[in-house]
Amino acid sequence: MKNKYDVLVIGGGPAGALAGKTAAEKGLSALIVEKRPAIGAPVRCAEGIGKEALHEFIDPDPRWISAEMTGAGIVAPDGFFMKLGSEMAGSKVGYVLDRKIFDRELVWKASEAGADIAVKSRAAAPVIENGAVRGAKIEYAGKTTEVRAGVIIAADGVESKFSKWCGIDTTVPVREIMSSVQYVMTDIDIDEHTTIFYLGNEVALEGYLWVFPKGKRSANVGIGISGRKSGEGHRAKDYLDRFMKRTFPDGKTIEYIPGGVSVCRPLDCTVADGLMITGDAARVVDPLTGGGIYNAMYTGRLAAEVAADCIEKGDCSKKALMKYDHEWRESKMGRSIERNYHIKEYLIKQPDTKLNDIIHSVSNINLKEFSTMNLIKEIIRANPKLVLELGALAASLR
Amino acid sequence: MLNVRRDICGYCGCCVSVCPEGALELIDAYLSVEKNCTSCGVCAKVCPLGALEVIDEK
Repeated sequence: MKNKYDVLVIGGGPAGALAGKTAAEKGLSALIVEKRPAIGAPVRCAEGIGKEALHEFIDPDPRWISAEMTGAGIVAPDGFFMKLGSEMAGSKVGYVLDRKIFDRELVWKASEAGADIAVKSRAAAPVIENGAVRGAKIEYAGKTTEVRAGVIIAADGVESKFSKWCGIDTTVPVREIMSSVQYVMTDIDIDEHTTIFYLGNEVALEGYLWVFPKGKRSANVGIGISGRKSGEGHRAKDYLDRFMKRTFPDGKTIEYIPGGVSVCRPLDCTVADGLMITGDAARVVDPLTGGGIYNAMYTGRLAAEVAADCIEKGDCSKKALMKYDHEWRESKMGRSIERNYHIKEYLIKQPDTKLNDIIHSVSNINLKEFSTMNLIKEIIRANPKLVLELGALAASLR
Repeated sequence: MLNVRRDICGYCGCCVSVCPEGALELIDAYLSVEKNCTSCGVCAKVCPLGALEVIDEK
């Protein structure tokens, strides 16, 4: 670890790894600091990602793919099962990753590209001069080192503190944090190629419960409920334990994973003088699905691309870095977050009876292209009245 | 004051994201509570495991 870099990346998850890798590939000196002693652990993720989304960044490798998905199912509050398939039989629609190995691979690629990596190294405070972020105080093994950089990229996850220290309000509203717990289960009867989502107030208040296969007779079984519905005796863990007892009474838990997933709108602004914010720290998780791996990699890569440009021009002011903020907001990802935010807001207000009606109306769908968007379009086609209820939003869904 | 039940806490950082004071920090495998904590209890509410509790000091 040196005292000066072009780019300092805080956090060694998918956002940080892509930021570090991209910066290094652009010929910049880059350091990724990760506060945990190991990259990839502990996992805080259901590990699902779409096939196309993954391919945009890396070719799939059996070393970090736990299972390949060919379809999905949604279980209505009344127990009715809606099967979602791809039009092309046998085609893969997504993967469930092994994040411990996947994250390690991404960081390895960053290191291979030339980035420095420091683990068990925590950014404990920013270095701010004349209102601009110039570096960070890094704690490692009882010592504090000041590391300065042209641009600091905050990729410090849902528990992000760095941008807050720089004066940016990153607080997630209580109603928009998904209080979550997941067990990695073995010895359970599941379809190893189908992800299942359970909806309803009985199962998961203002959220959903998921079964994401990890291979034969094994799956990530987890739940997220709205923070405002969480409390003593009715926490995410209580809901999940109740579901387990009923559905997988003989399953064995081999990993216990709590977590928080933000489903709010992204930060109002994701840059400041010398600072860029990416991934979960920027609150760019998909508010409808809670998925964040792709969005993290996308914003991490884009941030480093813009940083490289700004460093070359010798201007890393907020104004110059705003190119990053504008670009991701106007991207397919940014537009999808905005749209899915509205859909989420609509869905959480619906009673179970309404969700039952919607799901019953489309019991078996074969999607040409497998995506949340196409599923919603199909649902609207089968429920024309929804167009009125969704109001202005419906126009963007046609 | 806010008490962290370390036997229950899974150090996931869910609480950190909702703290309006920025008084919580997840430092590797433990949660630290800063002096500016107002014991508002928001963190205790959202904790997926029930590891946080506001204790009446009286």
